[in-house]
Amino acid sequence: MAGRRPIIEIRNLDKFFGEFQALNDVSLTVHAGERMVICGPSGSGKSTLLRCINRLEEPSAGRLTVDGIELTGAKETLRRVRTEVGMVFQQFNLFPHLTVLENLTLGPMRVRKIARSEATARARKYLDRVHIPEQADKYPAELSGGQQQRVAIARSLCMEPRIMLFDEPTSALDPEMINEVLDAMVELADSGMTMVCVTHEMGFARKVADTMVFMDNGEIVEKSPPDAFFSNPSSKRCRMFLDRILEH
Amino acid sequence: MAGVMDDAVVRGVGKPGADGRQRWLQNVLGQVKSRAIPVALYLIVMYLLVRVSLTGAEAMGYNWQWYRIPDYLFRLTDDGFQWGEISLGLVTTLALSLQAFLIALAAGLIVALLRLSDLVVGSALAVAFLEFVRNMPLLVLLYLFYYVLGPIFGLDRYAASVLCLGVYHAALVSEIFRAGIQAVSAGQWEAARSIGLSTGQTYRFVVLPQSIKFMLPPMAGEAVHIVKSSAIVSVIAVVELTTTGRNIIADTYLSFEVWFTVAVVYLAITLTLSIFVTFLEKRYAVKT
Repeated sequence: MAGRRPIIEIRNLDKFFGEFQALNDVSLTVHAGERMVICGPSGSGKSTLLRCINRLEEPSAGRLTVDGIELTGAKETLRRVRTEVGMVFQQFNLFPHLTVLENLTLGPMRVRKIARSEATARARKYLDRVHIPEQADKYPAELSGGQQQRVAIARSLCMEPRIMLFDEPTSALDPEMINEVLDAMVELADSGMTMVCVTHEMGFARKVADTMVFMDNGEIVEKSPPDAFFSNPSSKRCRMFLDRILEH
Repeated sequence: MAGVMDDAVVRGVGKPGADGRQRWLQNVLGQVKSRAIPVALYLIVMYLLVRVSLTGAEAMGYNWQWYRIPDYLFRLTDDGFQWGEISLGLVTTLALSLQAFLIALAAGLIVALLRLSDLVVGSALAVAFLEFVRNMPLLVLLYLFYYVLGPIFGLDRYAASVLCLGVYHAALVSEIFRAGIQAVSAGQWEAARSIGLSTGQTYRFVVLPQSIKFMLPPMAGEAVHIVKSSAIVSVIAVVELTTTGRNIIADTYLSFEVWFTVAVVYLAITLTLSIFVTFLEKRYAVKT
């Protein structure tokens, strides 16, 4: 990633939930256009780290800069950063009372303040990109899990973010629907989007990741390019983890 | 209860063909069966009540004069059609309840939002208001409004009644709003935040529309409750349904007939409300 500018800079981040320390002195830099995959056992702090990046969690200590904006508690910077950072959740979190199209146009119309016609055109463009243009007028409950997650990806893309965060996007899906979501993510990666993905889909990671990160107990244990990461991880904990999930 | 029944209906009707018809029949029979006991109990209780009133009235030599009651509902005289006192009292009760309910809705939403907000002062104020109102007998609250706030702010008895009922029910309504808002999953907030919506926009476009279905049944109960508690304003002589009943009895001594009539009129209002809300619930049901 030499020569590319850093777009997310995390310095000495700590996060406590009561007594429990979810993140312990985490520092990490993501460059523009980089595709980073974060893995690790559950409870290792991967999701918390991701959620700190768009401030769904308030860090307990440390500094975080996104696209040149330092994230403090201030409301205005917070909203600006959230419009630059899209997020896809494990449970999709679509708005069940709105149609697919309304899910997609809500943010652009209310936050970006663009006209309905333009927002609709944009929504249709991104539904096309995730290959479900025909579902525009349905309600989320009428779609399969894989379709819902692709709508969620399109909803984030409609804000035209510079960074996309994925929080275990395929973990709540039936196995036969995982690939349609991963395909959409691969296409997104090919388009040059900066992506940070928390996932255990190692096939996807090998295909698209520039950087692999392994976390355990709230710390970054290993950070390396995928070749080195999968063939020769330097830490024992990471090797054990990979052995366990790559067994099958 | 309603949810369980809806599920049963959906499952029963969903299956096509003879199998589906059989399930539908079973379902209907099941519903009749499940309601047979309450209906039977209701009929027995009503029968006993009527029986006791009739025998009691007979024993004390009560002189039934039902024929005089219709005049208090409406009269057809040479001057034309005229509403009777009970009907006019009903209109006042409805107007009073509706105005109080609107105040309760507006104030209740504000109290609920304050309570849920990050503002320390705001949520403390909301809790103080709730505890004050909930721990005060409605009658005392009414006296406070009429005898204390009334002279200070120049409120007449009707305005004091509307405000008192509005404030009292605002406390109850705010808890319904709060429960409904909190019933919407945290994931909805996160998704709304992640696309940059502000707190106000999240409430308006995402959270409140989804809470309606959680809030409708208890809100209906509250509307019924407000109609019933409006009877209390008869103690400060606002001429609504209950006061009208008392006045008529003072003139005529028709206590049995008048109170039965007033009771039936209240029952008619509250049952109508319940049916209306069942209709609303079906309309606003959101698939999840």
